[in-house]
Amino acid sequence: MFDFSVVTHWIDNLLLSIMPRSCALFIEFILIGVALLLAYAVIALVLIYVERKVCAFFQCRLGPNRVGPYGTIQSIADMFKMLIKELISINHVDKFLFRLAPYIVIMASMLSFACLPFAKGLHVLDFNIGIFFLLAVSSIGVLGILLAGWSSNNKYSLIGAMRSGAQMISYELSIGLSIMTVVIFAGTMQISQIVEAQRDGWFLFTGHIPAFIAMIIYLVAGTAETNRGPFDLPEAESELTAGYHTEFSGIQFGFFYLAEYLNLFIVSAVAAVLFLGGWMPFHISGWTSFNEIMDYIPSIIWFIGKVGIMMFIIMWFKWTFPRLRIDQLLKLEWKYLLPLNLVNLLIMVLIVIFSLHF
Amino acid sequence: MGNIKEKIGSFLPEAVFEEGQYITVSVPADKVHALALYLRDDADLRFDYLANLTGMDWGESLGVIYHLNSTTYNHWVIVKTSTTDKENPLLYSVGDVWATALINEREIHDFYGIRFINNPDMRHIFLRNDWKGFPFRKDYDTNPEINPIPLESDEYLDIAPCVKETDNGKIEESLNTIFEKDDYVINIGPQHPATHGVLHFRVALDGEIIKKVDPNCGYIHRGIEKMCESLTYPQTLHLTDRLDYLSAHNNRHALCLCIEDALQVEVPERAKYIRTMMDELMRISSHLLFWSTCCMDLGALTAFFYGFRDREKILDIFEETCGARMTMNYNTIGGVMADIHPNFQKRVKELIAYLPKALKEYHTVFTGNVIAQQRMKGIGYLTKEDAISYSVTGPSGRASGWTCDVRKRTPYGVYDKVDFKEIIRTEGDAFARYMVRMDEIMESVHILEQLVDNIPEGDYAVKMKPIIKLPEGTYFRQVEACRGAFGVLIESKGEKYPYRVKFSSPGLALVNVVDLLSRKNKIADLISIGASLDYVVPDIDR
Repeated sequence: MFDFSVVTHWIDNLLLSIMPRSCALFIEFILIGVALLLAYAVIALVLIYVERKVCAFFQCRLGPNRVGPYGTIQSIADMFKMLIKELISINHVDKFLFRLAPYIVIMASMLSFACLPFAKGLHVLDFNIGIFFLLAVSSIGVLGILLAGWSSNNKYSLIGAMRSGAQMISYELSIGLSIMTVVIFAGTMQISQIVEAQRDGWFLFTGHIPAFIAMIIYLVAGTAETNRGPFDLPEAESELTAGYHTEFSGIQFGFFYLAEYLNLFIVSAVAAVLFLGGWMPFHISGWTSFNEIMDYIPSIIWFIGKVGIMMFIIMWFKWTFPRLRIDQLLKLEWKYLLPLNLVNLLIMVLIVIFSLHF
Repeated sequence: MGNIKEKIGSFLPEAVFEEGQYITVSVPADKVHALALYLRDDADLRFDYLANLTGMDWGESLGVIYHLNSTTYNHWVIVKTSTTDKENPLLYSVGDVWATALINEREIHDFYGIRFINNPDMRHIFLRNDWKGFPFRKDYDTNPEINPIPLESDEYLDIAPCVKETDNGKIEESLNTIFEKDDYVINIGPQHPATHGVLHFRVALDGEIIKKVDPNCGYIHRGIEKMCESLTYPQTLHLTDRLDYLSAHNNRHALCLCIEDALQVEVPERAKYIRTMMDELMRISSHLLFWSTCCMDLGALTAFFYGFRDREKILDIFEETCGARMTMNYNTIGGVMADIHPNFQKRVKELIAYLPKALKEYHTVFTGNVIAQQRMKGIGYLTKEDAISYSVTGPSGRASGWTCDVRKRTPYGVYDKVDFKEIIRTEGDAFARYMVRMDEIMESVHILEQLVDNIPEGDYAVKMKPIIKLPEGTYFRQVEACRGAFGVLIESKGEKYPYRVKFSSPGLALVNVVDLLSRKNKIADLISIGASLDYVVPDIDR
């Protein structure tokens, strides 16, 4: 299986051979930053297109089909529209916070984006508390949303932001606990090692019942974290028009939009890493020849395929279910998911202690 | 009939009786309230349903006409009252007897300047606060310089002027607070995805809990009733399609029936069949649209497209026969405009075969969903008493257990010849209102099934004179439109123009009840309540 670290090491050695270490590091940081930003934008554009097509097929429509073959250029055209739109300055907003909010949201999702292992050896931030770091930075996003709602001086935005705050803080618990279940199983918080631990079988299969429950809870909570239907109350269109980003225009709105789609990607990617082995091919311990055939498929394809399936499931939720009400949403979290999660965690601990897993 | 006359006569000796369509009684203004209470509470009368409340300008006097119906005995009485004081006309409110009067009296205040004593809210409802004159008075000056097109937006009044009678019988001006200064008021509408039109709710919130809802109408008030007064009878027909555009056929049917009643024209049997079928097709299309928008309001966007996909089939049928998909202009005085298209029966049969399957899909996609049920069950509870008092007719009234279907109570068209059930539910919540509509689609399919092969041969219309003059008198007729009883009142002075036309729309009653239903619920429930009531804004504003 191709290891991307060959490429990175080659670049590293090349730079070190012609300049001192500090300079080389500086250039590498910039390169990585640019690569991440590009990937971030491209993935978002692709996702917007995919979501439109998926949604259209659910709704007996065709979706975008005019700009480019099968409408593939549509989201790029939309991006240009977004970039050249005027930033409408609104009276009576808290200007500093209003402008800060989109950056906080996009920064949070950028930072968590950097934690993802895209393929073997293609991993930016990897250290011993990786998954913990990912949880921490992704929760910064709610601050941006609250600021956006507060600074907009709009009642819809404020209600949307408050809902969002309550929702994200609540569901963070579920996400944290379901990730915790996997961390106990893997015995490490380092993302690369979590992936490595699934060499002989994905956690979804080796961890059987508790891993399965944790995955369901993670998917529900992840959907809530990304403010997508049926948990899209913060921007409940039929109640609050567009919720916390009602007053934003142009690229500021674009940032929210981008972050929303990237968060969908990140949530799906984390699900893939934790339960479906990240970039790790499908292995069955003992079946050596089968495992070798699986290894021929490049790791990046494995990763994107798994993320794609996860994203499709989340999109499927959104385009099928009606929206919950805020009290029902919180009830679901605090009365059902959280107790279930705690019990599940306990089961996982027992399974690990008595080695009842595969 | 005689009994009603005797009872009213013995209760109120000064009552004057008139001949007409129904027993008509004129009473002095200060006796109206006492008579209203008597009419509602007497065990033999039980006039608990105020079907229509119309303001009138009789030239020398201003007044109101109450069309009262008894839900127990289904008998009618018309009460008239008037005042000759045109400077400061005052009448007594009956809002405490029939709650629907509260909003109708505001309308009359807007149009005629009559103020109602003890009505707590005498703000403008359709017109702007700075409107000069009273447009429905016969001496109203229509000069555009008096009421120029305003360039500034209207202020919303948080304090309503009203007239109160004190305990010792003194009448004094008073103020009634709608919203306190520190209420957190948000605007749902006029441009809002969930109001399905330019309707405006001002909602006072306590966190996510609704404290009070103040509906604000009139954004698309076109003065259709006023326009009718300067049109000939065949011309007035065209405006009915533009009231509740989702019950266009039914509305027009009502006006045609009313005019035909007055002229005593017998409509050919074929026309009756066609009209009935068109009414039912309209009802199906309206209920499909209700389903779509209800799902959309609750966040299920995919379902919205399914409903619209199937509604297209009905619009195609309309397009073939009537030549239009929205404002069909199909019914006419004495029959229908044109004969049915040769494809009509085939298409209707296809629809009859298709709809039950589609409905099954709808129930799988949406009705059975846990989230959908949680969002609707137990939300916006309306008791039967309140439904009658607020005149909430149609599917919304039937969901509260009130058997208010005009098709059953006073059959018109060929509804007496077909076999169908009146869908009644007793839960009275949003889910019941939703289910009544879904089941009514099946009943309408059932009616169509019985009619489609039995349309008799013959003329589709009787030939009418080019100029139609109605004999002098007051005529009132109700039909079951898609969202409730739609009434038409015509007052004629024997000329080719009507003296007064009033469309009593089910929508206004539905808006009136929103506050009652949504108090103490969450703001998200306002959306499900609104969706389940299924009001159409042009029908409210007229």
